[in-house]
Amino acid sequence: MSGSRGFRALLVAALGAVLVFLTVPIVGVFVNVPPGELLASLAQEGALEALLLSLQTTALALVIILVVGTPAAYLLATRSFRGRSVAVTLVELPLVLPPAVAGIALLAALGPEGILGGLLIDAGVQLVFQTAGVVVALVFVASPFYIRQAQAAFASIDPTLLAASRTLGAGEGRTFLAVAIPTARAGLLSGMALAWGRALGEFGATLIFAGSFQGITQTAPLAILARFGIDFTGALALSAVLVALSATILLSVKLLAGSPAFGGVAAR
Amino acid sequence: MALLRVEAHTRLGDFDLALDVEVGAGACLALAGPSGAGKTTTLRVAAGLIRPDRGNVTCGDEVWLDTERGVNLPPERRRCGYVFQDYALFGHLRAWQNVAYPLRGIPRAQRRRTAHELLERFGLASRADAHPRTLSGGERQRVALARALAREPRALLLDEPLSALDTRTRTSAGRELAAILREAAVPTLLVTHDFAEAALFGDEVGVIDGGRVVQRGTPSELAMAPASAFVADFTGAVVLIGEARPGPDGLTVVNLDAAEATVLSTDQGHGRVAVSVFPWEIALLPAGSDPVGSAQNRLAAEVVSVTVVGNRVRVGLDAGQPITAEVTQAGVEGLALAPGVKVAASWKAAATRLAEA
Repeated sequence: MSGSRGFRALLVAALGAVLVFLTVPIVGVFVNVPPGELLASLAQEGALEALLLSLQTTALALVIILVVGTPAAYLLATRSFRGRSVAVTLVELPLVLPPAVAGIALLAALGPEGILGGLLIDAGVQLVFQTAGVVVALVFVASPFYIRQAQAAFASIDPTLLAASRTLGAGEGRTFLAVAIPTARAGLLSGMALAWGRALGEFGATLIFAGSFQGITQTAPLAILARFGIDFTGALALSAVLVALSATILLSVKLLAGSPAFGGVAAR
Repeated sequence: MALLRVEAHTRLGDFDLALDVEVGAGACLALAGPSGAGKTTTLRVAAGLIRPDRGNVTCGDEVWLDTERGVNLPPERRRCGYVFQDYALFGHLRAWQNVAYPLRGIPRAQRRRTAHELLERFGLASRADAHPRTLSGGERQRVALARALAREPRALLLDEPLSALDTRTRTSAGRELAAILREAAVPTLLVTHDFAEAALFGDEVGVIDGGRVVQRGTPSELAMAPASAFVADFTGAVVLIGEARPGPDGLTVVNLDAAEATVLSTDQGHGRVAVSVFPWEIALLPAGSDPVGSAQNRLAAEVVSVTVVGNRVRVGLDAGQPITAEVTQAGVEGLALAPGVKVAASWKAAATRLAEA
């Protein structure tokens, strides 16, 4: 009796420690500087610009990830073919790559001196030090988060549902759009949230591949770094906005995934 | 007249599926057999969800599959309504949207109307806006059926249509389904592991074992003249194995294995045979009592188990080979049935059928 009570106290204490450790820094972001001062520093030149750029580039990256990643994940989840496990490993590789390495790798591949650099220059595409380069870096680091989750979500669909759709006159394309995606919706949304969160926080690969030019490639995390040495309040203000943004994404996805209107199962 | 023909040869686990069945328009063929016999595979071949090594599927004048000529229509181009064992309703769609799913190329308002009309026909008008998870098992089954019929299929495929239902709803759902199938003017192929279910739905029953149809006929033909021990056992009969030889008065005498006993049958047979008799044709008498008539079989047996089912008693017996008797409570009152009690099991020679062992 007392033993099990002691164990329960241990569990509660562990969870308490986790919660305190994870939330105190976030609380610090908001309470260290008075809200008025935070808002005022946001009005400073470059702050809003960086936030806007972050929103634009992450949104664009997310669209690219969804459009290409969703069918790719479906293929990985529903077919067995030669080289499938190699493909799965390749997709997961960027997950374990240090961001700085990702940046260097992107330069080595797509930079002016990179293996595909010549092709890009001939095609008139410039990525390095450009907003487009930011998007490329974001897609590279964030897409595995989405694809992995999407693949798991598609793999857990009862194959009978897909078969039923086919026998009801829907081809593979319609089955994918009208049955597979809605059925896997909760998993796809949580993959989206993970990828978006990862993209919003992206730092190392972007800095190395695209640089940190205000208004062009300086996203919110890069702006925080630029400010950190000279204007701590400004860095805090931007951080607070990023925290709020990330929390909003996480929360809205949880609500969407849990809502029956979106095919979620509230009890799960 | 539309006719569904399914011929399939394919490797299936550790045996070969080798089937060739056809069903006429408005008729229902029930393929019945144990799990893993190849029943569902046959349906999937018909629907185009599995491509057999060699096979032919035709429906009316349409060729759905012809492996020799390289014809293999994808499932969406075979007009067949498939009702899956667990119904496979789309959880993200309401009941009416599930039914409307196969309706394409017609205005939205009309799709909605058609779906609602179908649901109404199945007594589900009030549940049209419900999501599948809030439907009862019986309701789900009817939505799945309405959905399969919405496409005006040229053939119906039903996989264990009652197995996902609880025993309470099974009887009423079975009666309704049988009525719907009689109404549908298309060939229906139904598979089940339960002979009673097959007899309820099937104009004909094909007993399938190890990937082959071992006997096909009306349910009563199968029950009265099973072609093999397997079929007899499957129809619910008691099966005893023995050696047959001609006996007196045109009867056949069978020396039972593992028992110092013989039984008589009005059927003809010789060599190794399967003797089958339905449990309800067996009467139980006190051990050592006199035979009631000349054409009466009589085996000394020991009671192994006694199960009361409603007003009947199912008695497990050991007579060298296992026997099950189903008797009325009144019929065994004087016997004090209990495991270990010795009795005599008795039935008529005319109720004794012989088949290949």
